[in-house]
Amino acid sequence: MSAKPRGGLAALAPFLWLGVFFLFPFFLVAKLSLSDTALAMPPYAPRVDWSAGSEGVRAFFAALDFETYARLTSDSLYIASYLSSLRFAAVATGMLLIIGYPIAYGMSRFPPAQRQALLMAVILPFWTSFLIRVYAWIAVLKPQGLLNAALAQIGLGPLNLLNTDTAVYIGLVYAYLPFMVLPLYAVLEKQDQSQLEAAADLGCTPSQAFWRVTFPLSLPGVAAGALLCFIPMVGEFVIPDLLGGSGTLMLGKTIWAEFFANRDWPAASAVAIVLLATLVIPILLYQRQQQKMIEAAQ
Amino acid sequence: MTTTRRPRLNIGAVRSSFAPWADPTLQPLVRFDGVSKRFGAETAVNNVSLSIYESEFFALLGPSGCGKTTLMRLLAGFETPDAGRITLAGQDLAGMPPHRRPVNMMFQSYALFPHLSVEQNIGFGLKQQGMPKGQIADRVVEMLALVRLQGLARRKPHQLSGGQRQRVALARAIAPNPKMLLLDEPLAALDKKLREETQFELIALQQRLGMTFLIVTHDQEEAMVTADRIAVMREGQIVQIGRPAEVYETPNSRYVADFIGDVNLFEGAVTAADGKVVKMATADCPAGFEALEDDAVSVGSTAWLGVRPEKIELHLDPPKDGPNRLAGKVADYGYLGDWTTYVVELESGRTVRAARANASRLVARPIACDDAVWLTFAPDAAVVLTR
Repeated sequence: MSAKPRGGLAALAPFLWLGVFFLFPFFLVAKLSLSDTALAMPPYAPRVDWSAGSEGVRAFFAALDFETYARLTSDSLYIASYLSSLRFAAVATGMLLIIGYPIAYGMSRFPPAQRQALLMAVILPFWTSFLIRVYAWIAVLKPQGLLNAALAQIGLGPLNLLNTDTAVYIGLVYAYLPFMVLPLYAVLEKQDQSQLEAAADLGCTPSQAFWRVTFPLSLPGVAAGALLCFIPMVGEFVIPDLLGGSGTLMLGKTIWAEFFANRDWPAASAVAIVLLATLVIPILLYQRQQQKMIEAAQ
Repeated sequence: MTTTRRPRLNIGAVRSSFAPWADPTLQPLVRFDGVSKRFGAETAVNNVSLSIYESEFFALLGPSGCGKTTLMRLLAGFETPDAGRITLAGQDLAGMPPHRRPVNMMFQSYALFPHLSVEQNIGFGLKQQGMPKGQIADRVVEMLALVRLQGLARRKPHQLSGGQRQRVALARAIAPNPKMLLLDEPLAALDKKLREETQFELIALQQRLGMTFLIVTHDQEEAMVTADRIAVMREGQIVQIGRPAEVYETPNSRYVADFIGDVNLFEGAVTAADGKVVKMATADCPAGFEALEDDAVSVGSTAWLGVRPEKIELHLDPPKDGPNRLAGKVADYGYLGDWTTYVVELESGRTVRAARANASRLVARPIACDDAVWLTFAPDAAVVLTR
């Protein structure tokens, strides 16, 4: 049975919010993506000629086309940057899982009082601006940076990391780690310890108990964490821009370049729309996963 | 109306002839030798020695916090004893991790694996033993039939009722055919009616499998109904071990008498003891108390007389003078359907509980509050307790 929304006008608030801050801008961008570039201010055409009345509106719609989208498929740069973005996001998600899972698992095995402190430690970086933290990585990774200074102390290096894909991965993993750890911790922390005892009782060594019980039970958290990281990482701009090199292809950078460098607003919009369409599938998956977790908790 | 006849199992008859603990040539299956376990400053299990025999249904009974669950967890390997030795079939269990111990436990919370179906839950231990797939499937079917869950093999635990989950937990623990099955408060989560049915099912199951069962419970009725022998625990120690009837009829202390069933305790000085009859002086009865007691009781010492409410007779007319006779008035009563319990206030002010079976539906002379009544009990209805 679906619950009847209550609260009258208050129930409309989220829809109003979505309408003003998502749907309206979305239509603006969608319209832009169907336009053509023009040497004008702003740099696109057609624009509605309100003085011509309904004739002007009709002329406006007649001038919209999918030409920009055709351009996206014909230019290999766009396809390459899509694939590259997906690869960056996928590989970084894998690394986040490998690094985040043990952290979340370790946290969940601490006594409850200390877990709060550890949880605080995971959230603590959010107290500093995201941009500043990414800039700080430049100071760490640059040729005369902290990392190479430390390596020189033990007679190693120097490593040339800044402006490489490696630096982008480091930045992505660093920035998104809390988004991986928190959902994993949430499922691992809830696990009934007697289930592990039952597994041991039925013949499992601790590692067998982990793989047969703990890990399968944590899969909702794995899915939530992976999607929560993957989705925004595909469109990530700041990290590849600041830490990546000129060869680092990511959609965020492509959109920025189209918009500001090429002043090709329709192309930038079309790339953004395709990105959104690509992410609809993982977003829906994430929603379903969340729904399942909520139902399972009831 | 048709009723399906189930194969009849005469548990009472099987039970009374089963007494491996009385046979000195038999080796116990499990032996606790001076086992202690402390948690910080608290001693959960204090120097416990206990033997449990093959095919026995053994109950650890006590209030919460008495150490009964810890004792069971020591056997399962989830806790390590601070002192003492635990042996299973002659083998010292020290240092053996839980997954290597040939015992299985049914958890109070059931601890079913929520991501696995009923059949996968039951087959979990078998798969772990490396049993071939076909054999696992056969054994699972056998287990499902045993606990009457046929048709639910594909369900997930959250799609089952509490009673069904309880049976999955039971089947899962039995499936690997352990040397011993440990049941931690197995029926605590069930409602009363289902609990009573399940008690008898457990006994029938245990008899059919011939498996050794160790049950931990705080419910004296559960222990009395299911077990061959009961160990009553208090503050980490075992205070009495015996058959249910022995523990109930001849408790060895006021604690046991009071914990198992209802009891009226009268304090008095022992005036005579000849190895058969003990006489006690009391303010409540001029002629004193008399009880059959063959244990040695020293004259002049303080002792307690324990009398169960159902062993006290209630009279509306004064019976003839003599020992074990008390006079008072009804202070209160409670109608329980099968029994009525009367609270009788003696002249001294203390109250005594007497129970009467409601043998007929209508009582000719109903007893009301403030009615004068007399209580008597036979010498063999009372037990003398020295501690």
